[in-house]
Amino acid sequence: MADVLDLETTQKRAAAIRQGLGDLVLSASDLGKSYHGGSRILDGVNLNIRQGEKVALIGSNGSGKSTLLKCLIGLHPISCGKVEIMGDAFTDTAPARVFHRIRRKAGFVFQNHCLVRRRSVLSNVVHGMLGQRGSWRGFSQTLAPQGWRDAAMEALADVNLASYADARADSLSGGQQQRVAIARALVRRPQFLIADEPAASLDPVSGHDVMALFATLCRDRGITLLYTTHDMDHARDFSDRTLALRRGRIFIDRPSAEITKRDLQETFDG
Amino acid sequence: MAETRLHAAPERWAGLSPIKFVLLVAVLALIVASMTQVAPTPKQLADGVPGMIRLADRMMPPNLDPVFLTRIFWRIVETFQIALVGAAIGILLSLPIGWLAARGVTPLGRGGYLVKAFVSLLRTIPDLVWALLFVATVGLGAVAGTMTIVVDTIGFCGRFFAEAIEDAEKEPQEALSVIGAGKVSIFFGAILPDTAPSMINTSLFALEKAVRASVVLGLVGAGGIGQELKVAFDLFQYQNASTIILAIFVVVLLMEWATDRLRASLQ
Repeated sequence: MADVLDLETTQKRAAAIRQGLGDLVLSASDLGKSYHGGSRILDGVNLNIRQGEKVALIGSNGSGKSTLLKCLIGLHPISCGKVEIMGDAFTDTAPARVFHRIRRKAGFVFQNHCLVRRRSVLSNVVHGMLGQRGSWRGFSQTLAPQGWRDAAMEALADVNLASYADARADSLSGGQQQRVAIARALVRRPQFLIADEPAASLDPVSGHDVMALFATLCRDRGITLLYTTHDMDHARDFSDRTLALRRGRIFIDRPSAEITKRDLQETFDG
Repeated sequence: MAETRLHAAPERWAGLSPIKFVLLVAVLALIVASMTQVAPTPKQLADGVPGMIRLADRMMPPNLDPVFLTRIFWRIVETFQIALVGAAIGILLSLPIGWLAARGVTPLGRGGYLVKAFVSLLRTIPDLVWALLFVATVGLGAVAGTMTIVVDTIGFCGRFFAEAIEDAEKEPQEALSVIGAGKVSIFFGAILPDTAPSMINTSLFALEKAVRASVVLGLVGAGGIGQELKVAFDLFQYQNASTIILAIFVVVLLMEWATDRLRASLQ
């Protein structure tokens, strides 16, 4: 609890990144993923991400973007290769406790926010603390320790939704719900945030706002961000580096500002 | 129009295969054969009418003696207590049992089928049989009745809770799992809020069912107003019996009215 909420650590992390001293947060080598029946979704993915980097992952539908993100946190088991993420390494035979440790350090934001609709906004953000020590109290804001409630209110203030703490989650608009999901991911101050098309279910204006908020919060707190997107503007405007995935392999890895129209054509047509 | 001319209408009995037809005839034959064995004949019905009229006549007027009414009142209270306590314990126990039985959610894996089979067993045995078993083990009285209602409620709620849990939204569960939440936290954090309306509805039906069941449990000595009813009929005290039947009618009606109101307020 103390280590994840340590503001000083967060500030030091952000300062280190500004000086270009970020450590390697994620490293994947020869990562492969096949489903039963033999279809190969990921085929030898190699990937390195340093602390504080904001990385966009683009690719056409079915290229394996979402599968890659889910493999990185053990939601889908990998078929071969090795992943090292924030000091924990795993292969295709990793024990469940490794993934549990990784998930406690990383945050994940889904495309469809995945909030518990009938719970209050505050309870949904407090859920971000589940998996921490004493987490049995985290399923509702009513029972949660005061420190968790304060942290959740702070996270809600960061996404400009503190005044909605009492409201039921499903009474909010799509954009607001996605901001609640971001607050839930940020509440325990993760070192690494993974987002699967966080703006895809939103209209263009809300999507842009959510991505801008995301990028600002990650920059200010020194959080490493890896997100998938179909929108090249979102990749260019909010990431330092863009990776393009095609047929299960990364075939473009370069600064987002240098991505050309031809690259996009190859990514989405190929 | 050309389309209509080109295509003939489907067969009138297209959905009825020969096998289905044979099965249908067999079921109808079984019903008719059984009716000749156990259904009342018109003569039996005609002969029974005067007996029913005589019984109704002996039941009137209901016994309104204050001492008797006071005794019935406390028996009704006991009946309600049996139903309430039995249903409350049964509903609470059904939560973990439903969770353990729910396919895809249970932490027991294939062991969940065993829990489901156990719930089916509880449901299959009628409440009066459970009451006889509990009277034989814990003795005559309200405790046996309460235990019967507990078992009956688990058989009912365990099944419907498990089905509600299986149908709960998967995405929030996945989100909490990614956060690192354990199965218990996911149950309380995501599954229970999503299934709460369905579970409350089921619980209200269980309470209604418990009130109706607790009324008859006394017939086999498991406490409550049923015991008074049995005594009244055994001793041919039909005026007492009519008072008890009216009291039961009022209690069940009040219970249904209250649960209907609660259900409406939850919509």
